Amino acid sequence: MHIVVCIKQVPDSAQIRVHPVTNTIMRQGVPTIINPYDLFALEAALELRDQFGGEVTVLTMGPPSAEDSLRKALTFGADRAVLLTDRFFAGADTLATTYALATAIRKISTEFGAPDLVFTGKQTIDGDTAQVGPGIAKRLGLLQLTYVAKISALDLTARTIDAERRSEGGVQLLRTKLPCLVTMLEATNQIRRGAMADALRAARAPIVKWSAQEAGVEDISKCGLRGSPTIVKRVFAPAARSEKATLIEVGEQPAEALIDAIFKRQPALETELAALARGF
Amino acid sequence: MSTAPKTAAPAAGRAATKKELPEHFKAYKHVWVFIEQERGQVHPVSWELMGAGRKLADKLKVDLAAVVIGPEGETTQSAAAESFCYGADLVYMVADNLLADYRNESYTKALTDVVNTYKPEILLLGATTLGRDLAGSVATTLLTGLTADCTELDVDADGSLAATRPTFGGSLLCTIYTLNYRPQMATVRPRVMPMPERTVRPVGRIVSHPLGLDEDDIVTKVLSFLPDRDSAKSNLAYADVVVAGGLGLGSPENFQLVRQLATVLGAEYGCSRPLVQKGWVTSDRQIGQTGKTIRPKLYIAAGISGAIQHRVGVEGADLIVAINTDKNAPIFDFAHMGIVTDAIRLLPALTAAFRARLSPHSRDRIAS
Repeated sequence: MHIVVCIKQVPDSAQIRVHPVTNTIMRQGVPTIINPYDLFALEAALELRDQFGGEVTVLTMGPPSAEDSLRKALTFGADRAVLLTDRFFAGADTLATTYALATAIRKISTEFGAPDLVFTGKQTIDGDTAQVGPGIAKRLGLLQLTYVAKISALDLTARTIDAERRSEGGVQLLRTKLPCLVTMLEATNQIRRGAMADALRAARAPIVKWSAQEAGVEDISKCGLRGSPTIVKRVFAPAARSEKATLIEVGEQPAEALIDAIFKRQPALETELAALARGF
Repeated sequence: MSTAPKTAAPAAGRAATKKELPEHFKAYKHVWVFIEQERGQVHPVSWELMGAGRKLADKLKVDLAAVVIGPEGETTQSAAAESFCYGADLVYMVADNLLADYRNESYTKALTDVVNTYKPEILLLGATTLGRDLAGSVATTLLTGLTADCTELDVDADGSLAATRPTFGGSLLCTIYTLNYRPQMATVRPRVMPMPERTVRPVGRIVSHPLGLDEDDIVTKVLSFLPDRDSAKSNLAYADVVVAGGLGLGSPENFQLVRQLATVLGAEYGCSRPLVQKGWVTSDRQIGQTGKTIRPKLYIAAGISGAIQHRVGVEGADLIVAINTDKNAPIFDFAHMGIVTDAIRLLPALTAAFRARLSPHSRDRIAS
């Protein structure tokens, strides 16, 4: 069995700082990590490989430094890493990203065998769109299972997969055919520590690096900025509310003072809260 | 929300150029909202989007259409009828029993077919698990732009959709256009837009469109559906009162102070993103761009600094009360009321004071 896992190297958003004057992101010194949601996808793929045999290929698109994230994925036990890197990919929105990744997966298919499964995280922490997984599936003509909480069965002979999919108000148990794209829900597993042997291998392992041309991109105008139908017109920080927050003095009884101020401003709240507090 | 920029920074990345809209896209007109229903229930986000869509349509002087997709029969008919009460000028309907359960293949086919036939300029969907599953497939099939999880929608002077959303992990906002492709697609999370007034109106024009699929054409089968137990559901997004805690609480143990206040108020509790990342609180309690958006009557934020990603999730609250030791914390930029003090000390006092104030006994005492 061959599984491709798409990962993304992202800035650790907990440590992103915005320049107070220019409103630009201060990238310097911000550490990068594998998008945390992708680790659930990677672990799910590794567990299936351990159970059914086969190989896991990790794929990312990014600057040359994204190699760090691929090596990290190898230390967890991935078998092969592919880095899609080219200045033509820069500035891609979700549609252009799915074009590049889908093209690379076709190339992976030719070079290393057709994948039975493609995994992605639910979304990234920098873009937060959750659209790249479904986009890749559509471009490759794969069936898709999004927000998967659990893969309950995989039958490589019948070529079927059963999965629990989180939906509004409940869980759908779905059965579909391979090849299939799965986006994995968070907190569904715990990424392994990785064996010492994998760590040693990862340090020396060759990373497959493809430019747009090497990956088989036929139409460069579908990549990056040029291939993106969306245009970012303006980046800005929201202004403070015109009315400043009323600050309550911290006196003898700050809690009482705060409650008085709340009910003074919204008198109806007192009756409503009393009703809520009594459980009506 | 307030969008006046402090200073307009240059657009990062993509060039803001406008070419002439290609000829074949000029026929694309009107604003559409996808009405999401699963197992007979319309998701409230659909009506919230009808409110937003109505404003866009009025500004553009075009029609607002609801797209209702579902099984044949009563529930889909009544979803269509309801759409008129929430402002639809007409309804496009794909009713087929193969659409009883949401499946990506059949819903993608239904929605893309209707779009290709009737050509909307704007298509809005809820950013729910269903909406995000569907929107990505539809946008990729149509090869058009999709702006996900918008916090504000507007049309600019030349009629383009201006979709604003947080960017860079929620540390800034950006306004995104899909200038040269149609339809312009956007998703919006539940509770981001206010629920519009429902007005009783007669059923208007319904345009039916066939699905054109057999069950054999749909590979994916629904084996079963397990509804969430009521006890497992948090009503955070739709709660009237919410109390939340952030990193200022200092330790996971102190988070119980938030829960205790919430209990006394009959409120739901929540947290900011770092607490989920640290594993102190489960992700279904996260408030903000990547968690739940809330619009309560009262929101109490304890020890939350107020990053943009949190701000966009709470700005719809009627009254935001911030408790923070740092008087320069960004939360005081958008809170209505604040107190500069340590939440760990204030929360127990606040819980006790609210309990005394709201208990029936104290009310009796006041009455007597």
